[in-house]
Amino acid sequence: MLQALEGSMAIARTVALCRPQVVAAYPITPQTHIVENISRLVANGELNCELVSVESEFSAASVVLGAAAAGSRAYTASASQGILLMSEVLYNIAGMRVPVVLTCANRAVSAPLSIWNDQQDSMAVRDAGWIQLYCADNQEAVDSTVQAYRIAERTELPVMVCMDGFTLTHTLEVIDIPDQQLVDDYLPPYQFARALDPGSPLSIGTLVSPDYFTESRHTHHEALLQAETEIIAADEDWEILTGRSCGGLVSLEGPEDARIGILSIGSITGTLAAAMETFRDEPAARLIKLRSYRPFPVAALKQACDGLTDLVVMERALSPGSGGIIGIEVRAALAGMQDPPRIHNFAVGLGGRDVPLEIYPRLLAAIREEAPSGFSILDVELDKIDENT
Amino acid sequence: MIEIRIHGRGGQGNVVAAYLLATAAFEEGRFAQAFPSFGAERRGAPVTAFVRMDSDPIRHRCQVLNPGFLIIQDQALLHIPGVTDGLSHGGGILVNSTISAADLSDRLGQAVVALPATSLATEILGRPVPNTALLSAFLALTGLLPQESLLKALGARFHGDILERNTRLVNEAASLVQENAWREEARAASA
Repeated sequence: MLQALEGSMAIARTVALCRPQVVAAYPITPQTHIVENISRLVANGELNCELVSVESEFSAASVVLGAAAAGSRAYTASASQGILLMSEVLYNIAGMRVPVVLTCANRAVSAPLSIWNDQQDSMAVRDAGWIQLYCADNQEAVDSTVQAYRIAERTELPVMVCMDGFTLTHTLEVIDIPDQQLVDDYLPPYQFARALDPGSPLSIGTLVSPDYFTESRHTHHEALLQAETEIIAADEDWEILTGRSCGGLVSLEGPEDARIGILSIGSITGTLAAAMETFRDEPAARLIKLRSYRPFPVAALKQACDGLTDLVVMERALSPGSGGIIGIEVRAALAGMQDPPRIHNFAVGLGGRDVPLEIYPRLLAAIREEAPSGFSILDVELDKIDENT
Repeated sequence: MIEIRIHGRGGQGNVVAAYLLATAAFEEGRFAQAFPSFGAERRGAPVTAFVRMDSDPIRHRCQVLNPGFLIIQDQALLHIPGVTDGLSHGGGILVNSTISAADLSDRLGQAVVALPATSLATEILGRPVPNTALLSAFLALTGLLPQESLLKALGARFHGDILERNTRLVNEAASLVQENAWREEARAASA
């Protein structure tokens, strides 16, 4: 049913529709309203689950790891410093191949302290072995949350649903919340084949000698690569039920004959689409929305870039001393392509800096002027930096 | 697309005002979006919130830089540089103020309507929260949405005595401004 809802509330209701048995979260900053709203649903009797308010994000991740390993459908949410505090456990969840769903309400990482949106937090744990799906709007965040459980439970890989903090979580907009029956049909009860059972005791995540560690990592890597199929199938089946697609791994919009492509991740995709409508005198671009960042969809990206002369890769995070994070991976992915586009790489909107519609003409001007080999932070205001202090 | 910017101070219900206005638009079958500017979360600090409404889905994820209308919840904010920045030519400013609108219009060089929303709210709600009074006055001035849509939005958020008092407050506030005074401005901003 269509409703005017704040993003955080929409996610809380959607999580409830997925019938989690255990929700564990640290309830204080950098937490969003998601967990506050879930606890209200539990208190009102609208969601029957074990809600564990823990003393840290490390514990939140540990609780959902244990719950999911014991066969419960489990959920947690965090952001920013909270994701970093979880990071050790995030590797464990993935390495033990336990299906957990986590919402990362993307926020900057301190210092300096910032509560605002960028994607440094989820980028910092990109190598933890989780599937990472990025959402362009709150509808995609709702739809991806339900899909995430199916993907996680079929691949035995944890899924991190990444939605821009504040920009999505604190925005009220018109959102279609699916019916309980539809979610129940799509998402059968969780059956974990390796669920811990006191009647048949088993240890997981124990010491592995060099004889087998490599094979464990190799298997994990292969599982993530093969998860592409499940991510696509989950979205296609969801579209059959709801008429809505989140764009599978990578989705395109804009004219087919566009020669300039702009690859983006998260909610900035919408602003770029709106800007293209506003600045009709500028050449129209092919907007490439990267939804699945892990697994990194190399084949789909090559296809998405076919026919482009220039590709702009937008970043909402930074690897200091190197530059763009996604940009490097896109360069590697397209390296073997015939007639690859020139790649331009920019970070924007760090720590909540507003990314206005004018970003579109600025990007087009920047790629006309600049040599394509570099990386820069497009919206840095150098006049604010005093070189003498 | 109509774009509105709400300026107030922490504790005045700025974000709630934005959410209510967007919910009212949704009740009328529009697409709508509302979000705060995410300043420091403390009472008294200047806070900005944004509303967009349109007949088509809204893709923008950026702040409202060129609003058609401003709703100012605290007249003292008019002294802060930047509050009226970007207001569309011919746009309107609705301010919670006891100062006469003519004085404010002269000073700002824009169409200003003043409503003593704090005293109205204090009298009817028993609390100095000016947001819902300003919203109903805004809808009366612009004719953008019927008052019933705001009442539905209030009904979705408040209950019992608070809802009843707010209903009285918005009815009173709407009667204090000139109905449809900004209708042409609203039409121009919607184009």
